[in-house]
Amino acid sequence: MKVEVLEGHHFLSGDVAVAEGAIAAGCRFFAGYPITPSSEVAERMSRRLPEVGGIFIQMEDELASMAALLGASWGGKKSMTATSGPGFSLMMENYGLGMMTETPCVIVNVQRAGPSTGLPTLVGQGDVMQARWGSHGPYETIALSPESPQECFDMAVRAFNFSEKYRIPVVVLMDESVGHLFERVSIPPKSEIEVIDRKISTDKKRHIYEPDDDLIPPMPPVGEGFGIHVTGLTHDERGYPVITAEAQEKLVRRLVDKIRVHADEIIDYEEFMTEDADVIVIAYGISARSARRAVIMAREKGIKAGMLRLKVIWPFPSKKLRELVEKASHFVVAEINNGQILVEVERAIRKEAVFVGKMGGEPHRPDEVLKGIEEAVK
Amino acid sequence: MSVVQANMHPLDNYLRTERLPHVWCSGCGIGTVLGAYLRAMKNIGMDPEKTIMVSGIGCTGRAAGYVKMDSFHTTHGRPIPFAVGIKAARPDLNVTVFSGDGDLFAIGGNHIIHAARRNADITVITINNFIYGMTGGQLAPTTPETGITTTSPYGNVESPFNLAGLVAVSGASYVARWTSLHVRRLEKSIEKALKKRGFSFVEVLSPCPTAYGRRNRMRDPVDMLKYFQEHAVVKHHINPLEGVIEPDKDFIVGEFLDAEEEPTFEDKLWEMTKKEFLYTSQAERTAWILEHRRHLETLSKIISGRGER
Ligand SMILES: Cc1ncc(C[n+]2csc(CCOP(=O)(O)OP(=O)(O)O)c2C)c(N)n1
Ligand code: SF4
Ligand SMILES: [Mg+2]
Repeated sequence: MKVEVLEGHHFLSGDVAVAEGAIAAGCRFFAGYPITPSSEVAERMSRRLPEVGGIFIQMEDELASMAALLGASWGGKKSMTATSGPGFSLMMENYGLGMMTETPCVIVNVQRAGPSTGLPTLVGQGDVMQARWGSHGPYETIALSPESPQECFDMAVRAFNFSEKYRIPVVVLMDESVGHLFERVSIPPKSEIEVIDRKISTDKKRHIYEPDDDLIPPMPPVGEGFGIHVTGLTHDERGYPVITAEAQEKLVRRLVDKIRVHADEIIDYEEFMTEDADVIVIAYGISARSARRAVIMAREKGIKAGMLRLKVIWPFPSKKLRELVEKASHFVVAEINNGQILVEVERAIRKEAVFVGKMGGEPHRPDEVLKGIEEAVK
Repeated sequence: MSVVQANMHPLDNYLRTERLPHVWCSGCGIGTVLGAYLRAMKNIGMDPEKTIMVSGIGCTGRAAGYVKMDSFHTTHGRPIPFAVGIKAARPDLNVTVFSGDGDLFAIGGNHIIHAARRNADITVITINNFIYGMTGGQLAPTTPETGITTTSPYGNVESPFNLAGLVAVSGASYVARWTSLHVRRLEKSIEKALKKRGFSFVEVLSPCPTAYGRRNRMRDPVDMLKYFQEHAVVKHHINPLEGVIEPDKDFIVGEFLDAEEEPTFEDKLWEMTKKEFLYTSQAERTAWILEHRRHLETLSKIISGRGER
């Protein structure tokens, strides 16, 4: 049976779950280019979108996909793409255009191991900093990291809600292991899923980029006589280019602040056995599942270990880490790269953490993380 | 005779007059072509409120900033996929891409052939000034052989693209080439392009005295127009391959292609969606139909074979 929200209990992969979450959030436009390990997202969307009144386009490349997302979003559709490292690299310029023009959309990046073509079919977590800083210039980003198919569904909904609310491209930073993992996914009835839609401007006299008190301007519709002008150049509230340092300061400061002032609403993490912990592991995505097991193994050995799992990676929960460093003496970071979140953690706790990194290709074994915990408390 | 208000230009209703003067050099052809575009819109009664202009980056790309309609100034090379996205989302609106030769055929070259192949219902106007104007006169994929540019100081060793020919063989529905000297015929062609359902393309050879003419023995803007006058040969429906432009030789302008209208990319997308989509409740279905009323009206016209904008 064709349904809008796939309510009930299902056995789904992370890739399929993220697609279903998007549809439940109201996504009605997908543009993408196939790439392992994200192609299943596109395949699912190509089947599902027409059923729910949406449009699916396989574009000629990821540059085009990202541009089409922005166009469709201004056309009033909640829009999404899905990709992996090489495609994510190609999307970066228009990711920045989305930031500058405040265009809601969602980019799913099912991370594989890089650099370059790397390991197309195997896991990596090396795009964390790219999601943060991959496009040129100063800006703030939002990125979420699911650890299970269930969270892929939930976080797709949340990603759309953030993108609509704050008018910003949001990244769902999955990884190959989570994308290809099959697990039970429980989808609540449509009426129980909170869906946020962008604020729509109704006043034709109002300037397109005149923000409300929350620093977010309502978005005017196209084709209704608003006569909007939207540019990636630095612009004033009318949307017109102004090539001065003052205009840049005013605009970009607001783009940064609109996320910073709402950071507490966006930031989300799971604390696992942290209350009395002496050593805390920081992990996200598939690495968090190994870390959770490692924490239990450490407890069995009498080490007071705990885990802080980042559900939202950007904005980074610096405040939380500064709180934890008051209680715990040791920190371990487990991620599948050569130290990306590690830098943020060490910045926040103002001391070194033990790093359990892998270059990619396989998730951590719990005993690898355990070794890091043991080294930390030694 | 219609009465024109004093101090008012006949195209003022189509321009963001508060943004004038524009950035273009004196003697530049872009303004002439934008004027022809806006007059064509006016002649056929195309509603600016239902029209979107998308530009890339370059001197030509600045056009989007001056027109009084919803307009988007995107990234270098990407106005076409942006336009494809917006048109797919809102097939009831008219979408025009107005951008430079470098933007649409170098960095964005892949997109134009694919949009033409899909027969996306957008109109693309490109200013072929043989150069990268905005960045100060570097080699473009349209620079004639022997052309001197800031990055080919000893002459160009590459062959230029035949833009109209390339688009004509890529699956477009309407293709024409004129120069900024052929204003009337250009205007008529743009009218046809705007009315055409499916991918339509108009290439306009246009002087850039500042970045091209100056280095290529056409320092005075009039020199380039003279070159157009002396060498442009009007011919229609040629073999697109005959459209090459060679230094100091005659070249062809005219209508390259005016194909039978076929269902557009958006017609097919929405037809598929209409066929497949199914909501559980009648209320939701009604809501969907109301929301997409305009698209569906367009769609039913197409299905009955009388598609009109
Ligand atoms: C990704 C990227 N690369 C390079 C540039 C620099 N750039 C801006 S405009 C331009 C060329 C424009 O030439 P064309 O499209 O022919 O437009 P014209 O100025 O001649 O009208 C270039 C290379 C850019 N803005 N973005
Ligand atoms: S540089 Fe050339 S294309 Fe650009 S505005 Fe001046 S004359 Fe026109
Ligand atoms: Mg040019």
